[in-house]
Amino acid sequence: MFDDGTPIFQQLADRIAGDVLSGTYAEGDQVASTNEFAAFYRINPATAGKAVNLLVDRGVLYKRRGIGMFVAEGARERLAEQRRAAFAAEYVRPLVLEAAALGIDAAHLRRMIDQETAP
Amino acid sequence: MTTAIEITDLSRRYGSTDALTDVSFDVEQDTICGLLGRNGAGKTTTLSVVAGQERPSGGRVRVFGHDPADDSRVASRTSFVKDDQRWPDDFRLREVLAVGPAFHRGWDAELARSLAADLRVPEKTPVKKMSRGQASAVAIVIGVASRAPLTIFDEPYLGLDATARQLFYDRLLADYSEHPRTILLSTHLIDEMESLLEHVVVLDQGQVRLDCDVDDARASAYSVAGTTRSVTAFLTGRTVLSSHGIGGLTTAVVEGAADERVRADAAAAGVELSPVGLQQVVAALGAASAASSAVHHADDGDDLGGGGGGLGGPTADASPRTAPEGARS
Repeated sequence: MFDDGTPIFQQLADRIAGDVLSGTYAEGDQVASTNEFAAFYRINPATAGKAVNLLVDRGVLYKRRGIGMFVAEGARERLAEQRRAAFAAEYVRPLVLEAAALGIDAAHLRRMIDQETAP
Repeated sequence: MTTAIEITDLSRRYGSTDALTDVSFDVEQDTICGLLGRNGAGKTTTLSVVAGQERPSGGRVRVFGHDPADDSRVASRTSFVKDDQRWPDDFRLREVLAVGPAFHRGWDAELARSLAADLRVPEKTPVKKMSRGQASAVAIVIGVASRAPLTIFDEPYLGLDATARQLFYDRLLADYSEHPRTILLSTHLIDEMESLLEHVVVLDQGQVRLDCDVDDARASAYSVAGTTRSVTAFLTGRTVLSSHGIGGLTTAVVEGAADERVRADAAAAGVELSPVGLQQVVAALGAASAASSAVHHADDGDDLGGGGGGLGGPTADASPRTAPEGARS
């Protein structure tokens, strides 16, 4: 379920954020409670709590006292913006490096991207 | 946060053997803490002292502010069932569960019954005649159903199959979420149980090697891989926990966080950095102490050139990139 290396709370936060980004959770939806996340993903409730708090800090989730956690208005756009900022480093750079290692030059790489994105 | 268990400079000797030497760590109330380490590291001794079943040779242990060896207030709030627990000859599951409430105020009879059924504990077999796995299941049932403010498990999974272990983890987590309490458990199944834990203490040869939150433990070491030459250059001046190689390639687990400087040095040396799991950290810590106690360990066949000198302790000499073969002397 979770891999080595990155902290589990970080991985869970990324997963919930991914669900918000993909629309699995709509803005305004209630998300699972910390204990429900803990039970579902089989992790310590404190770890689940850290993931949820991280998303609260980032303005993705907000707490309604006594009721639960909800997806904030504008959360999708905020997440998309954060991910766009990291897109070059996380996706484009490795792509360019791998292409270089395989002897695919920049022009060829561009043609391949054009083909993939063609309607 | 309140501290449930305070251990200060704890030592325990058996004859001329030091089982524990100056062990100090705290466990916060209502957290799940994992006690990890190789066989003989002192895990069971530590648990026994915390449970008040053994007296320290030196140092101080407080559980809920009291001495567990002398204070009945601790005993009444602690659940520590070993899988080799002795029961009267004629005790079957029913009799064992019947005495639960006498020892534990929070005992949940319904939880005990359902957990015993799910773990398929036989009802007619005397507990004395049960298999290893069945005895472990009984210990787990008592540990979970007792809902004791301090619950201790010493390798609770011995003899259990994968399904039963998963059931145990799920039920423990579910009940812990509903009824938070302090849980201290020892385990070798680190990959399996890591996500249950909030805090870990790694013991080695009777001493604390690591005492931190799980997330920090994962970040306390990293792995490097590359050609033996470049890895050796990178490792100079760093603490190598374990290493192995084939042909001209070497991978090593290094103590410390993979911070900016480490990343820059790795890029300059042309070695690949990757994070390690808790299991790897604990294994590497155990391997490092084994290597440092065996001085003639280094051999060119399976060890990197510079690693032998660096195993188990920092090497203070040389800068990383000027002395490729530096640590060997």
